[in-house]
Amino acid sequence: MLSEFIQWLTDLGGRFHTAFIEGDRWKLYLEGLGVTVGMTVVALIFGVILGVVVAVIRTAHDQQRLGQRNFLLGILNILCKIYTTVIRGTPMMVQILIWGFVIFASSRNKFMVGIVGLGINSGAYVAEIVRGGLMSVDVGQSEAGRSLGLGYLDTMRFIVIPQAFKNILPSLGNEFITLFKDTSLVNAIGAAELTYEAMRIGGRTYDYMPPLIGSALMYLVIVIIFTGLQGILERRLRQSDRR
Amino acid sequence: MIDVKHLSKSFGNHLVLDDISEHIHPGEKVVIIGPSGSGKSTFLRCLNLLEAPTRGTITFEGTAITDPKTNIDLVRRQMGMVFQHFNLFPNMTIRRNITLAPVRTKLMSQVEADDTATALLKRVGLEEKADSYPAQLSGGQKQRIAIVRALAMKPKVMLFDEPTSALDPEMVGEVLEVMKQLAQEGMTMVVVTHEMGFAREVGSRVLFMDGGHILEQNEPHAFFANPKEPRTIEFLSKVL
Repeated sequence: MLSEFIQWLTDLGGRFHTAFIEGDRWKLYLEGLGVTVGMTVVALIFGVILGVVVAVIRTAHDQQRLGQRNFLLGILNILCKIYTTVIRGTPMMVQILIWGFVIFASSRNKFMVGIVGLGINSGAYVAEIVRGGLMSVDVGQSEAGRSLGLGYLDTMRFIVIPQAFKNILPSLGNEFITLFKDTSLVNAIGAAELTYEAMRIGGRTYDYMPPLIGSALMYLVIVIIFTGLQGILERRLRQSDRR
Repeated sequence: MIDVKHLSKSFGNHLVLDDISEHIHPGEKVVIIGPSGSGKSTFLRCLNLLEAPTRGTITFEGTAITDPKTNIDLVRRQMGMVFQHFNLFPNMTIRRNITLAPVRTKLMSQVEADDTATALLKRVGLEEKADSYPAQLSGGQKQRIAIVRALAMKPKVMLFDEPTSALDPEMVGEVLEVMKQLAQEGMTMVVVTHEMGFAREVGSRVLFMDGGHILEQNEPHAFFANPKEPRTIEFLSKVL
């Protein structure tokens, strides 16, 4: 029993050597990691834009004066509600498979398909985060803006959204972390991100443990670094409150 | 200038304003007093449609502002409003608080608006605060800035919603002083307040509201010297 364990330990070095050093395989992990980070950033930007639009439509609809409901806004609001319900009510894995094997089945650019799937998924969650942020701004702020004769959009743009942004930054950071880890699901449709590379190397060397543990550590390190940065940023923002 | 006809407002089943008709003439300083929950703030907020009336019409200089087709933003540009809790924009400097609306509504260029802001700040003695943020100011300073911010739009009427109620007692004076100056310059003002001294000294007419009605109104000296309604007498005996 003990001798088996010692044997396992001595083999370990060789197995990791095969998975990372042999044939410069570490480059494949770095490439995969680059794709993963790239996908996360682009999908998050996409998700934030989508989320802000949806959140503004939803709050605009809810804040209309009674008896003056805008018909177009009503339709947009229903579309936004369907969007958030469907996206938040189905598994992300299934959504990505649908994007990859049904909607864009003939597309070869799996990177783009992955971004579309991730971004549209993220948008639904960001929309709820932003909506909460918009509602957290004191109603007196928009009343002051409107009483000065500013329109709804100007009031949102200059007064409410900048203040909401500060409140939603922590949740947005968490969304970034979630999205970053969820990019691993895109390997199911064959986009060459980190998990995909790890699986490929595992297949080639008939040994999955070293590449999978190695890629898990890479995800973990990036998340820890990002969480640290997030903490610094939040402390900065809180300081400016106490000015 | 502002004509209110049969104005009613309810929140759910709760009737806050009950069939109020009133007219505010140019140059008048109308002071509205009354117990809390009497509907006086709601009445004021209906005048620029921050609250949408349930029934009735409000006309401002010939424009029916309760008509859904009216562009309410254009009307609000001519009606300044000052809030109990100041509602300065914490994410902007004082200068930008003041110039944002005149510039965005194309009333002034940025340069004109900056000059206006400087001139107005000088008038209230706060020109050195132009580049500060609201969080760095005292309550009295914030409220004076809020008045200046409304004035920068060159409004024809100013609405004040309990402008001194959230202030420390020693800061009430500086805000009332600015309002008095404004009154002397002939600004049309509608003021909801608990400051009876201000009502007596500056008001050209005092309205007493209770239970969603204007129970009694008069020129201030007569109003305070011999109130007629029992409810008014009771209220005044408590606050004076």
